[in-house]
Amino acid sequence: MINKSLKLNPKIFKKDVEKVPIRNGFGEGLVLAGENNSQVVGLCADLTESTKMNLFRDKFPDRFVEIGVAEQNLASVASGMAAMGKIPFISSYAMFSPGRNWEQIRTTICYNNRAVIIAGSHAGVSVGPDGGTHQAIEDIALTRVIPKMVVVSPCDYIEARKATLAVAEIGHPVYIRLAREKTAVITTDETPFELGRAVLFYGEEEVHADVGIIATGALVHRALLAAEALKLEGISAKVMNLATIKPLDVESVVNLARTTGCIVTVEEHQIMGGMGSLIAETLAENFPVPIEFIGVRDKFGQSGTQDELIGHYGMNQSHIILAAKKVIGRKSP
Amino acid sequence: MLNNLTPEKIEFLEEKAKEIRISIIEMLVSAGSGHSAGPLGMADIFATLYFFILRHDPKVPTWPSRDRLILSNGHIAPVLYATMAHCGYFPVKELLTLRKYKSRLQGHPHREFLPMLETSSGPLGSGLSQAVGMAIADRMDFGRTSDRFFYCMLGDGELDEGQNWEAMMLASKEKLGNLIAIVDRNNIQIDGYTDEVMPLSPLSHKFESFGFHVEEIDGHNFSDIVEAIGRAQAVFDGPSVIIANTIPGKGVSFMEKDYKWHGNPPGTEIAGEPPKEKQAEIALRELRSLGGQITSEHE
Repeated sequence: MINKSLKLNPKIFKKDVEKVPIRNGFGEGLVLAGENNSQVVGLCADLTESTKMNLFRDKFPDRFVEIGVAEQNLASVASGMAAMGKIPFISSYAMFSPGRNWEQIRTTICYNNRAVIIAGSHAGVSVGPDGGTHQAIEDIALTRVIPKMVVVSPCDYIEARKATLAVAEIGHPVYIRLAREKTAVITTDETPFELGRAVLFYGEEEVHADVGIIATGALVHRALLAAEALKLEGISAKVMNLATIKPLDVESVVNLARTTGCIVTVEEHQIMGGMGSLIAETLAENFPVPIEFIGVRDKFGQSGTQDELIGHYGMNQSHIILAAKKVIGRKSP
Repeated sequence: MLNNLTPEKIEFLEEKAKEIRISIIEMLVSAGSGHSAGPLGMADIFATLYFFILRHDPKVPTWPSRDRLILSNGHIAPVLYATMAHCGYFPVKELLTLRKYKSRLQGHPHREFLPMLETSSGPLGSGLSQAVGMAIADRMDFGRTSDRFFYCMLGDGELDEGQNWEAMMLASKEKLGNLIAIVDRNNIQIDGYTDEVMPLSPLSHKFESFGFHVEEIDGHNFSDIVEAIGRAQAVFDGPSVIIANTIPGKGVSFMEKDYKWHGNPPGTEIAGEPPKEKQAEIALRELRSLGGQITSEHE
């Protein structure tokens, strides 16, 4: 059942649960970060409205730089500003930043250890009609592989707001993954948020269950729906919200594996190199258990609606339920 | 500034450039790999910047009001390291650790090993963007009252990278009078002469059309270098570039104007060049007898 101490949205399982784009939380969080610290600056590559950086631009026009359609420049200019003590947030679509400008992020931001926050909006296939060119499903892999990088993937717009505020002050390069489409609101203003902590949204820490589900980003809601459906079939599941992908909360992940004996990972991303791979790497080393992966299997995206594409690529709650049953069946007797 | 450039000062800079060149050869020989032509060609400009132009304090490398020198073409690191050492940033004898395990002097500059560097570099084409970012931040904090300058050292072959042109457009849009780019126009890159690999001409027109004030100079003439920088500093409503015509490998006769020495150290078997075991000796002998010749031949 839902972890009550977290004060999550009581309407999570209702049909009329409020839906808000995750990127909105980034826009609001950046304004708050700007109010807290005058060194926070915003840079954008001609997608200021889409990435919701317009809220910051309108509030702090003197601390905003429009870079134009030039993502490589975007990353390195931000590195230079960070060298002078600024805290730059850069935003674009995830496909272009960190997609187009990966080497600039590696060398000028991370290799230099400059505290630049890279906000990649429109991640995942849910971008929909724009088609595969605009659907970043490789960005977690691209960013988590770079030393010094922190990778954050909030599950709803409220968590995105808290995460944006939190990463402004940590003094490290950060990638924050955002989605364009409206996403069910899971958390509330009262829900605690701590960078680097994986949190059980469903189920209890030390109580054993049949399966552990680790989800990140916009699919956390579907993972919760799957757990609720499994309960009706007499199968107990725990659902962990992995908002910080790197550095990974190894202790919580291992504890989940220990108390469930099998894991399903859920992400709107390629399975290769993504969050599921990270969990597999970690558990293989620390507490090996069977794992099933929900995510895109070595395919590009395409045009369609959010629901059509989530279904097409096997990331719906029904797929999560099937994966849960399958992985339970793989446990050693 | 020009008034201060006395004949004695020019002689001093010549001497420093000579010491820097000798160090470059010694460190490359010790490393057994690295780039010769670019570092030798830029020795006069680096000597002028560090010993005459820059406001900096080698004893306090993090002094906030210092001018910034951003090396974009990281492969000419030997000239940066040698100049910094001769300036007193670190011991000259440390230069012989270049490219070695655990050395602060990584093959291409890395701030994690040597935090006094303004940036790390190696992959080409991103230094100008970083300098632009620094200059914008300075403008945000101090407006035009700031008298700090941001110098970005660029290679000519490096201008093949499109990111430079993105950075130029932004520098121009932001009217960065505090930004001075210096292009090492030595006409070579690894695969050959720049005109054959990817023609850049007319380079000054290209910069002009991107909104830069352009100076074109003899990069081995100390008066030229100082005068051009002085004029660039006076342009306060937009960025400047100094296209410095240099001779790659300057000071070592068998290396000059030959692209084959772009990425090789003395001691490399190259057809038509002196025997590899003699190269370092010849280079050092030539450099030690160099006093005053480099500037005079351009007058």
